Amino acid sequence: MEKMSRVTTALGGSVLTGRTMHCHLDAPANAISVCRDAAQVVVAGRSIFKIYAIEEEQFVEKLNLRVGRKPSLNLSCADVVWHQMDENLLATAATNGVVVTWNLGRPSRNKQDQLFTEHKRTVNKVCFHPTEAHVLLSGSQDGFMKCFDLRRKDSVSTFSGQSESVRDVQFSIRDYFTFASTFENGNVQLWDIRRPDRCERMFTAHNGPVFCCDWHPEDRGWLATGGRDKMVKVWDMTTHRAKEVHCVQTIASVARVKWRPECRHHLATCSMMVDHNIYVWDVRRPFVPAAMFEEHRDVTTGIAWRHPHDPSFLLSGSKDSTLCQHLFRDASQPVERANPEGLCYGLFGDLAFAAKESLVATESGRKPYTGDRRHPIFFKRKLDPAEPFAGLASSALSVFEMEPGSGSMSWFVDTAERYALAGRPLAELCDHNAKVARELGRNQVAQTWTMLRIIYCSPGLVPATNLNHSVGKGSSCGLPLMNSFNLKDMAPGLGSETRLDRSKGDTRSDTVLLDSSATLITNEDNEETEGSDVPADYLLGDVEGEEDELYLLDPEHAHSEEPEYVLPQEAFPLRHEIVDTPPGPEHLQDKADSPHVSGSEADAASLVPMDSSFSLISVSHALYDSRLPPDFFSALVCDMLRFYAEQGDVQMAVSVLIVLGERVRKDIDEQTQEHWYTSYIDLLQRFCLWNVSNQVVKLSTSRAISCLNQASTTLHVNCSHCKRPMSSRGWICDRCHRCASMCAVCHHVVKGLFVWCQGCSHGGHLQHIMKWLEGSSHCPAGCGHLCEYS
Amino acid sequence: MNRGGSSPSAAANYLLCTNCRKVLRKDKRIRVSQPLTRGPSAFIPEKEVVQANTVDERTNFLVEEYSTSGRLDNITQVMSLHTQYLESFLRSQFYMLRMDGPLPLPHRHYIAIMAAARHQCSYLINMHVDEFLKTGGIAEWLNGLEYVPQRLKNLNEINKLLAHRPWLITKEHIQKLVKTGENNWSLPELVHAVVLLAHYHALASFVFGSGINPERDPEISNGFRLISVNNFCVCDLANDNNIENASLTGGNFGIVDSLSELEALMERMKRLQEEREDEEASQEEMTTRFEKEKKESLYVVPGDTFHSFPHSDCSLPSLDFEDDMIVTSDVSRYIEDPGFGYEDFARRGEEHLPTFRAQDYTWENHGFSLVNRLYSDIGHLLDEKFRMVYNLTYNTMATHEAVDTTMLRRALFNYVHCMFGIRYDDYDYGEVNQLLERSLKVYIKTVTCYPERTTKRMYDSYWRQFKHSEKVHVNLLLMEARMQAELLYALRAITRHLT
Repeated sequence: MEKMSRVTTALGGSVLTGRTMHCHLDAPANAISVCRDAAQVVVAGRSIFKIYAIEEEQFVEKLNLRVGRKPSLNLSCADVVWHQMDENLLATAATNGVVVTWNLGRPSRNKQDQLFTEHKRTVNKVCFHPTEAHVLLSGSQDGFMKCFDLRRKDSVSTFSGQSESVRDVQFSIRDYFTFASTFENGNVQLWDIRRPDRCERMFTAHNGPVFCCDWHPEDRGWLATGGRDKMVKVWDMTTHRAKEVHCVQTIASVARVKWRPECRHHLATCSMMVDHNIYVWDVRRPFVPAAMFEEHRDVTTGIAWRHPHDPSFLLSGSKDSTLCQHLFRDASQPVERANPEGLCYGLFGDLAFAAKESLVATESGRKPYTGDRRHPIFFKRKLDPAEPFAGLASSALSVFEMEPGSGSMSWFVDTAERYALAGRPLAELCDHNAKVARELGRNQVAQTWTMLRIIYCSPGLVPATNLNHSVGKGSSCGLPLMNSFNLKDMAPGLGSETRLDRSKGDTRSDTVLLDSSATLITNEDNEETEGSDVPADYLLGDVEGEEDELYLLDPEHAHSEEPEYVLPQEAFPLRHEIVDTPPGPEHLQDKADSPHVSGSEADAASLVPMDSSFSLISVSHALYDSRLPPDFFSALVCDMLRFYAEQGDVQMAVSVLIVLGERVRKDIDEQTQEHWYTSYIDLLQRFCLWNVSNQVVKLSTSRAISCLNQASTTLHVNCSHCKRPMSSRGWICDRCHRCASMCAVCHHVVKGLFVWCQGCSHGGHLQHIMKWLEGSSHCPAGCGHLCEYS
Repeated sequence: MNRGGSSPSAAANYLLCTNCRKVLRKDKRIRVSQPLTRGPSAFIPEKEVVQANTVDERTNFLVEEYSTSGRLDNITQVMSLHTQYLESFLRSQFYMLRMDGPLPLPHRHYIAIMAAARHQCSYLINMHVDEFLKTGGIAEWLNGLEYVPQRLKNLNEINKLLAHRPWLITKEHIQKLVKTGENNWSLPELVHAVVLLAHYHALASFVFGSGINPERDPEISNGFRLISVNNFCVCDLANDNNIENASLTGGNFGIVDSLSELEALMERMKRLQEEREDEEASQEEMTTRFEKEKKESLYVVPGDTFHSFPHSDCSLPSLDFEDDMIVTSDVSRYIEDPGFGYEDFARRGEEHLPTFRAQDYTWENHGFSLVNRLYSDIGHLLDEKFRMVYNLTYNTMATHEAVDTTMLRRALFNYVHCMFGIRYDDYDYGEVNQLLERSLKVYIKTVTCYPERTTKRMYDSYWRQFKHSEKVHVNLLLMEARMQAELLYALRAITRHLT
């Protein structure tokens, strides 16, 4: 039967021809409908009701049905439908609730045939029975559907949806007695036309109004619905319960949906608001429209396939007062513009790669992926079975698994944790890092560190003044005293936890920078300590107690040649360190220059290569002899850094960058540096190396990086009484008007830093608690808990 | 400028109506004692509201959940006569004030202040001044519009239009706000602002329409509160709900026996229902009826009541009313062009403004989609609220039970829209004439178009047999209809801007 009809259309001489074209209407259209012969289309709107003939090159106005002196509201159409059996029969739904039928065969100018004024509210939809000549169905805002027999003056039966407005009614194409109706509340009902008392079936299809529905022309059980919730759903009604078989998510509410003839899975949609395009979807591929028509400048209000067996012509009417004929072959196909490849990393380093089958197939054996030099981790490819829709969008998904072991990044973690980046003279840093690298079996890296030390730490470069300086002020007897004095001075002003920590005597590696800034302060105060030196105190982490404090006084920081280090006395907020203080490596530079610390070591190092005159090291020694400045090498070093970064070892690049600091920084452009920093920080954070990443952020000299730590520093708190978020201020709750945090010492509201004991949860102003705990170890709230800072 | 902060007395200051003022001026010795009104509303006896409240656990729960101030304010108390509705109201209000949205919290409250100021609604202003400061708003802004950023100031124009003549909003207004520049608004921000404006204009209608009293316990005064002014004259309040006094209000309806009035209304409703089946008016007839109703709303001016607020015409400040001027100037900090007020949609002797065809731009189809697209989820909340208020019914009318009030509700809703020039093709505006008596029309027009002029007399003079809760229901309908009308106009302009 199916085949037959198709053949007859072709044989009947009605082979459709035409092109993409449009014509201007006088007024916005609300709906369109096509005549059975596919040669005429009727356009209806608030102030338009015309029939156009579709010719090969253009639309030609054939008939204006809007006649009469004073157009009445009966002509203000919300919907129009052309009978598919009778070329002379039309029906319109008026906004005032009237259903009008039109007989084009009437000899008079006024073709109006019958008037049904039974609905109390706007009629949203009218629908002719597909095979019966005299049966018309209407659905109205008042929640009723009415079935009219055109041979009678009033309705045959009334169906009550028991709900607010009916949005669409559609006779089933295959089941003689069935029709579907959709409602404003999201329901779809199925009715038997012989039983007006109750519906056969009802289910909720959408969230919000269901604007439209359409029965599949071939598949008897399929009903497509479109709703305000921006979805098109296809339901299989043959089963006991309506089953959702497909769902297409569009970008705007769906006003009309129409199955595409001869294409089982295609349907066309247009939207009610905002989006003016018409889309043709393949329901099996719900994410990308198969075709898109972009001719309209305002929302499309009506769509119709020109011929029930021709899939290539689509007609549409729009609020922009145009009537369009779209040719499928002229449609734009978003698929063509979509990126055909996708790539994603899994949680455990697996890599998934999806691409169009055709693209993958051309590459022989997919070798390039496995052997790519730039990926330090190797993958083996595992092919997933092809996607179910082979004919449609055949893309191949490959998952590359990480080989166990090969992906181990333990060297990275170890290196990151053990590298020393700051806080010691350059030579020591280099040595330390070289040692670390060697222990991890990374000899090339170790070698690099050694070379760096040789390049930059030649003793001959130490300025003479510096030498004198340190010699002249060698005594360090009074240091511990001075230091403790300074600490006391600083503590209240600084008020940070880190400092508290230090005063308790244990040092953590992440306080390094704080320490050095503190050093600046002390130095400023105590000029006479300058130049003194205690070699043992550079090993952070190992140092304890007073020795650490000695370190604080590291005199080398206050070289007079570096005046920019001196911070104003009154400004000690932590932020300043990040923003304004020059980075750690520069301090180190000075340390490295100190003869006492590095001199002997550097000598020792340079002594070795003297014997083996052809090694690299000996070259550097020779250069040192000829007093070549380290600048000479900077180009080479930069190349080296770039090499490492290219290799994927951004860790090395950043570490060297930090350690060398000023020496190489200016030779590498800011952007590259930033890029390295961000990649390294990202890596560190993936491995949960928060401390290291923080240190890197602090030590970085690039502004963009160092502000990373200043972003999103907001802490959201909830009220302790009503558990509501305290949106406006951190200390008073909007809702219960209570102050959340009181200081246990002074009984005032704490508005700034609040410190509390994790044991008894009492706390208060940082300074107050500090002061309190100096004198007592009990909780200031009097709860008897022995509080302790840790 | 006199700010209320200096004397935060619990007893509200009441304005004096022109009539009493005349009396006062003649005899300076007469002291009118300040009536001590209690309860959340000046119109509704306290016991009506309180009774309803004590039973209602649900209300407390809702307040707990959704109130931004954390307490049961007077609006909520009055609305709690309709708990079902209250929930959707509070939810949407909470969403637009507190939940995710494009505007910062203090801005939202400031916009609420601007909206309320258009109707001189000191109740809402005070409420939001507090909230504004609490959410961290800059106190300086409260000195008036000239202290706020230009960007907020730019909202003035649509605030003004939206409040009084929403049909004048065009896409050019929208374009002006969103066109790229230093102080431009993004569309989501603008939609958020429009929703807030419409909400608070409508809420001002409710506040005046239900005679909401100032909050009894002005909290720690922050100097920016306005004097808690009630716009109800003492003489209004003195009559204390006595129906007998209603005869004072004007000749035409005092005489009619209120009971028979109700019966007549019921009768008319029944007749309309039946009539519908047999008699069908011609289309021309229908159009004329709409035009007639529109035109007629012109003459429905609360002129016959002797309380007219002198401020609406500020270009001619009358020296006699000095206290009034203080209040006005206090409120007018937040507004520009205070003389701009409601003007009838169908003005005589002016060119015809195009009628807004409801079917061409409906809330359900178009408004919802747009608003939800630009300010997610508010669409659902508003949709629920509109639906709720439209369908809310207890099937009662005064003493009668099991009455289908759909017709009445629809008439109220559509009459409000009619005054804003929105026409429903499928509505017979003849019904309005049959169902809504003149005193009710006066009340509706006052509440929706210039709510600040509402008096207790107006409130009392219509539907005298009806319960207060039913009158509150009417107010809810008016408020939502007004909000929807404003939103429709604004959203239509935005849609036009987008296409």
